[in-house]
Amino acid sequence: MQILSFEEAFAQLEAAVAALQDGQMPLERALHYYEEGMKLAQHCSNLLEKAELRVQQLRMSDEAKPVVEPFE
Amino acid sequence: MLFLDAPSVFSVTQLSHYLKELLETDEILQDVWVRGEISGYRMYPSGHCYFTLKDAEAQLHCVFFKNARMRSGPPELRDGMAITANGRISFYERDGKLQLYVENVELIGEGALFLRFEQLKARLAAEGLFDASRKRPIPSCPAVIGIVTSPQAAALRDMLRVLRTRYPLTRIILSPAFVQGVEAPASIARAIDLLNAHGEAEVVILARGGGSIEELWAFNEELVARAIARSRIPVISGVGHETDFTIADLVADYRASTPTAAAAAAVPDIADWRAQVLELQQALTEFLEAFLSDQREQLERSKRDLLRLDPQYQVERLQQRLDDTSALLQARMQHILSLRSERLRGVAMRLHSLSPLLTIARGYAVVRRDGDQTVVSSRQQVQPGDELTIQVTDGHIYATVRPEG
Repeated sequence: MQILSFEEAFAQLEAAVAALQDGQMPLERALHYYEEGMKLAQHCSNLLEKAELRVQQLRMSDEAKPVVEPFE
Repeated sequence: MLFLDAPSVFSVTQLSHYLKELLETDEILQDVWVRGEISGYRMYPSGHCYFTLKDAEAQLHCVFFKNARMRSGPPELRDGMAITANGRISFYERDGKLQLYVENVELIGEGALFLRFEQLKARLAAEGLFDASRKRPIPSCPAVIGIVTSPQAAALRDMLRVLRTRYPLTRIILSPAFVQGVEAPASIARAIDLLNAHGEAEVVILARGGGSIEELWAFNEELVARAIARSRIPVISGVGHETDFTIADLVADYRASTPTAAAAAAVPDIADWRAQVLELQQALTEFLEAFLSDQREQLERSKRDLLRLDPQYQVERLQQRLDDTSALLQARMQHILSLRSERLRGVAMRLHSLSPLLTIARGYAVVRRDGDQTVVSSRQQVQPGDELTIQVTDGHIYATVRPEG
């Protein structure tokens, strides 16, 4: 869960909601979707709160290869 | 020499006067025709126009006052037009500027720059470079965004501010380029190619803040157009020029009118995401509750079904019917009995009304002779000395028969 990107977590959250909405499943599965979904939602919220824009700069190396380095 | 005794050191004003006099006394300069391309054309509310006439190597400030414009009735002027202007040269002391005070304007035709723009546009359009079918979709939430612009530009800071606010989840890769001057077209093309070679960016923003048409000219160059066209990564253009489209705008997959608008177009707004996450969270709870109550309902239904089939339940039901029936029986019996006792009470009442006790109650008495307890109803039955018991309503009186006196 910790390594999921926002997009991945969000997509899984949507899937969990859709599955739960469908409702044709054993109770255990439903509870699983619910718990997973809640964790994913929390994860998404955390990512949104913590997110910080990263800025890098691209330059051509001496070997004519693109190299990324921090900007400012 | 205008100053008969020229001072060894001029004040600025003195020198300006001198220049002005010098120019205004020159016959050629007081009625001159000059050819060039209009740039930086501005019309003020006063009705005066200002522009620069330029060719490849030089430029000349021009003023076209309202009165002169009214007199000559010139065509609509705009940047990029090639004209011949007639007027007089003078020195504007306040700004230290030599300028042409225009009296008449004649069009030469569209300016060379403009002509080149039109030709390139027509050629690229014929090649299909502007076709809607070539436009690639812009990813909705790019993890990496490439930006091609000048690292020093205010435009870059503005874009980073927008991206930081709207969508800080993304990573920015700046591919620096000159966005003005002769090196600009090749530099921009290289920067776009470099982002493609690196390959991580999911969308490229090509941006430059607003400027005159010359300052933005790099974005009308074929080198830039080709680089955008061959970019595998979709390109958003954000060249600060509200009204006119540059060639780069036309080739780009999406055209925004400013750098900040381009940044906003490249990413979703995190505020929407926050709301969406909350919505989904609520949906989870709602659906779970719906699921549970559905399950409960099913369970209840099954329980009822099961109960109906349970032999114990059957027995209980029969038991209850039995109970109900016997209760009914009892009630009926009770009813019959109470009817009977009602009738009995009627008979008793009648019997009672016939009782001798009632006669006694009206003041009569029953006299009995002690010993054999016979009721005395005649004087023949007693003799003096006999003991008698007289029954009255509230008890007995004991008496002795006295001799007749």
